[in-house]
Amino acid sequence: MKAVEQARSLPGTVGEGLQQRGVTRREFLKFCTVVTGMLALPPSMASAMAEAISKARRQSVIWLSFQECTGCTESITRSHSPTLENLIFDLISLDYHHTLQAASGEAAEQARTSAMKDNAGKYLLIVDGAIPMGNPGFSTIAGVSNYDMLVEAAKGAAAIVAVGTCATYGGLPKADPNPTGAVSVNDIIKDKPIINVPGCPPIPVVMTGVLVHFLTFGSIPELDSLGRPKSFYGETIHDRCYRRPFYDQGKFAQTFDDEAARQGWCLYKLGCKGPVTYNSCATTKWNDGTSFPIQSGHGCIGCSEPNFWDAGPLYKALSMPLSATLSLLGAAALAGAAAGVAITWHNRSTKAAAKSAHENVTVQELTKEAK
Amino acid sequence: MSYLELLTFARGSALNWALVICVAGIVLRLFEIFGLGRKADLAKPRSNSPGSGWRTMFTRSLPAAGMLKRDPVAYISGYVFHLGLVVVVLFFAQHIEFFNSTFRLVWPSFPTALVDASAVAAIIALCVLLVHRLNNPVKRLLSGFGDYLAWVITLLPLLTGYLAFHHMLVEYTLMLSLHIFSVELLLVLLPFTKLFHSFSVFISRWYNGDIFGRKGTAS
Repeated sequence: MKAVEQARSLPGTVGEGLQQRGVTRREFLKFCTVVTGMLALPPSMASAMAEAISKARRQSVIWLSFQECTGCTESITRSHSPTLENLIFDLISLDYHHTLQAASGEAAEQARTSAMKDNAGKYLLIVDGAIPMGNPGFSTIAGVSNYDMLVEAAKGAAAIVAVGTCATYGGLPKADPNPTGAVSVNDIIKDKPIINVPGCPPIPVVMTGVLVHFLTFGSIPELDSLGRPKSFYGETIHDRCYRRPFYDQGKFAQTFDDEAARQGWCLYKLGCKGPVTYNSCATTKWNDGTSFPIQSGHGCIGCSEPNFWDAGPLYKALSMPLSATLSLLGAAALAGAAAGVAITWHNRSTKAAAKSAHENVTVQELTKEAK
Repeated sequence: MSYLELLTFARGSALNWALVICVAGIVLRLFEIFGLGRKADLAKPRSNSPGSGWRTMFTRSLPAAGMLKRDPVAYISGYVFHLGLVVVVLFFAQHIEFFNSTFRLVWPSFPTALVDASAVAAIIALCVLLVHRLNNPVKRLLSGFGDYLAWVITLLPLLTGYLAFHHMLVEYTLMLSLHIFSVELLLVLLPFTKLFHSFSVFISRWYNGDIFGRKGTAS
């Protein structure tokens, strides 16, 4: 109930909230301009966005956490407070989030059910974590299975944001052999708009960017074939990587601490999955725009791609076979040799049989035939 | 199935099967060829020419005199294609990683721009050779399904590799998968099509060199 009380004491619109917190109009417009750019909208949309957000009612948000590690929540809370993104996030009405809310037990669950009832058809449902289908007991909240809670909460949602690779594609829980029978949100919910925000965890500003888009336009951003906002997942890490020129020149680090690595050469040979990973780490970066994995000297592990855990060893280059070994080839050569011996034996016995069946033709026989 | 899963399949079990079929097929074909045997040549060699077979294996890689005048298109395109293919397959840094991972063999790579140019040259040469084959009545008559199949399965890895490297047409992940699949098709068919000449060429050269040496016409 505390969370609900706290939410009720907050201002009605986002604009009022920003004023209360001492955020200047200049700062707010700056934020809107950045988000406009990120969402690949025309620059003129920045002021329209500022207007829309300022007047927007605080959007009711219900955040459900299923089979997850809380990394997604950690990520969004570490958007370097007090950045504006963080404030915007504070200023939505986060009615249920069992990690962040003060309430616990039945009070917490009541906050969820009342938010669902009060804002039926209007609330935004955020889900992180995969849903176990093997046995409902694998993951429950207040005795309710993840599946039941998702289906119930999805019914009245305006839209669903699947946050993190577990909610979007199954992630780590779904990794082979998937002991809990984990599935993603869009494996279960088919009748609601779902925005996939993959990443392990997703970039904080990508999460807030998607929320801002929803607040501004009341609709979901343009999505790609995997349900991801095109503005953030339109290009690969490799496309925007500052080490790309080294890749193009064929200059690669061989180990993590060789001279080439110190010179900032490409990490392709060390297993970087940047060329096959769609995300905006290379442009928005992490920790308040400080850096991203490749900049800190480690290749991309492709955490925002479906089933990346099962896409082969993290430190094998993309051009390397995943499991072919010399012993496999040796066994193939032996099998080939055995088949070769069999075929040779067959050929030779055919040849010998033909030879033994061969009958010499005499000149008399030939001349007889001619007559 | 997402493109990354397709790539995982291409790099994983699909590649394993392709390599197994290729290696087993090559060994099988070699056994088949050597197992046929030859009748012992009881005639006295006309001239003593030791190592004629081995020498011929290398000398026939060099152009024969007069070849340039007789068939300049086949001569130039043939060399450009084969040299381009060798550069692309064996000296592209990413390909060396493949050999490193499978055979633990490493050698220096060529600059990417050179490999890129070689790929373009090899693709153009292949196209020129196809047109030449179709335009020349004798070559057209001699060509069968196997020849055109060999052309297609050789072109595909070059083309998809080029498109993948330059991020053209479709998503890189999909194009890289298609590139690996096209290589797998080549690996599977190599032992059983005319592409087996990549192995048998040296055997037949040795045989020709040796037999000609015995007949007194060693190269």
